[in-house]
Amino acid sequence: VKAQVRPAWQEKPHPLTSTAKAVAIAVVLALVAVPFLVVVSTSLADPADVVANGGWVLWPQHPSLAAYSEILSGGIVGRATLVSVVITVVGTALSLAATVLLAYALSRPAVFGGKPIMLLVLFTFLFPPGIIPAYLVVKETGLLNSYAALIAPVLVNTFNLVVMRGFFQSLPAELYEAARLDGASELAMLARITIPLSRAVIAVVGLFYAVSYWNSWFNALIYIDTPAKWPLQLVLRTYVLAGGQLADPSAGEAGLLAAPQTVQMAVVVLATIPIVLVYPFLQRFFVKGVLSGAIKS
Amino acid sequence: VAAKTRSARSRRWRRDRILIAFMVPGLLYYAIFHYGALFGSGLAFLDYVPFLGLAGSRWIGLENFQRLFGDADFWHATLNTVEISVLQLVFFFPAPLALAMLLHSLTHTSIKRFVQSVVYLPHFISWVIVVAVFQQVLGATGVLNGFLADSGLHTVHILGNPDAFKPMVIAQVIWKDTGWGTIIFLAALTQVDEQMYEAAALDGASPWQRFWHVTLPAIRPVILLLLVLRLGEMLSLGFEQFLLQRDAVGPGAAEVIDTFVYYQGIKSGDFGFAAAAGLFKGVFGVILVYAANKIAHRLGESGVYR
Repeated sequence: VKAQVRPAWQEKPHPLTSTAKAVAIAVVLALVAVPFLVVVSTSLADPADVVANGGWVLWPQHPSLAAYSEILSGGIVGRATLVSVVITVVGTALSLAATVLLAYALSRPAVFGGKPIMLLVLFTFLFPPGIIPAYLVVKETGLLNSYAALIAPVLVNTFNLVVMRGFFQSLPAELYEAARLDGASELAMLARITIPLSRAVIAVVGLFYAVSYWNSWFNALIYIDTPAKWPLQLVLRTYVLAGGQLADPSAGEAGLLAAPQTVQMAVVVLATIPIVLVYPFLQRFFVKGVLSGAIKS
Repeated sequence: VAAKTRSARSRRWRRDRILIAFMVPGLLYYAIFHYGALFGSGLAFLDYVPFLGLAGSRWIGLENFQRLFGDADFWHATLNTVEISVLQLVFFFPAPLALAMLLHSLTHTSIKRFVQSVVYLPHFISWVIVVAVFQQVLGATGVLNGFLADSGLHTVHILGNPDAFKPMVIAQVIWKDTGWGTIIFLAALTQVDEQMYEAAALDGASPWQRFWHVTLPAIRPVILLLLVLRLGEMLSLGFEQFLLQRDAVGPGAAEVIDTFVYYQGIKSGDFGFAAAAGLFKGVFGVILVYAANKIAHRLGESGVYR
């Protein structure tokens, strides 16, 4: 374990203080980790063990993947997972493209309309659209019950835009001057100067978009009527929290209802996995301080 | 002169036409989904009938607002919102600061890194999953009640209990976002000048005195800034959490302004009335931000904007 050298002026901590600190850290870690452990264990457990223990297990005695093969063998969860993956991938790509382009244009000094546009963008921070007017706009643009309704209304996140524009502005102006003397177009400068030098901030903004697309369910709740088009989080909400039945009505409900707890927890795990997978990458950027620097600005 | 500026502007337009093309997708988004929606807020002054549309519906002035202000359910939702906001301010707001202090005091950097990775994670988990996890731990057939029953103790009715709802949602926010909230405090704490601590220690200041007279003044601007932001957001609680649990405990405990708008508008189809509630919240939110910013200036801080 790497330890920093204690500066000479700092007194050695009292053993009681050190113990209290260690206990506090252990409690914090347990409060975060144990709930996850219970969820994963329950999803992997034998349904009979779960019932015998009153609805949960801390550790699966007879681990099995039955719950997972059940939810992934077609039916509504498999379908919803596919919807979520596609919305996340397509949405992130479109959001990132729109954000980079707008942030780049607004980062160029004295660009046509730059100041008023920036003010109009920042005003949306202060006055976000209400649920009802937003619904009305989606309805009037004919997007109701289409996948586009899950992307278009959240295409650009103003916070992400501001962070990205700030980063672009911090790049040395001489690079652009030199490129301009070489006759480079704006597109060439964006592709050869801005994007290569901003990989980290683009990556972190992309991950933020991906996480928010993956986690979102409310827009699907109000804009999408057909359950077959629902993303995973909304299915999770309906079948785990609201106590609906997971079985596809046409497929019969045998088996699924016999062990709802293991199956429900398997859906929870399925919805969490992508977040845990991208988390180390997100984490790298916190360590680099990209984010705290961005937040401070 | 006017002709000159006009030609200068058209020159800039021609010079920047590629940059303007870059802006198009983003600007369309803002125009349609933010400013279009802002325009759509006019719904609050209409007797909106979906079939007739915005143009065909009757203008009724402030009638929706009169109904709103006479509606006991709306005031109840507002009261719930403010109450939960205040509870968050008292119990959730200090939590990241406390955890940041604890993390900052750790001398082993690798332990510190590890704890940080673990406590940031819940921030990225969706509310749907957080509520499902809480159900699994604190629900009737959850971990806590399992333990209590095994130890021969009384089981507790937490989830689905309207009386326990408010402490419950605070606990959920603390679980989800305390770790994430430490980032900004940790950044502030690392910027405190080491020499200040050293000088204070040489003058015989105890650790507690050093905290009170060195650490706290140094991170005061950050604390105040976050307080101001929180105050401005008083009426926005991130309503996913409430919508997810409202059915279980009923509107008496869980109705906040946002869920009120959702149920009145989307669920019951009373669009003009719900839009009035939403507009009231929006305008009041702007006033709150303005007031909070003024307070920050009074306290000698720069606030969110000048």
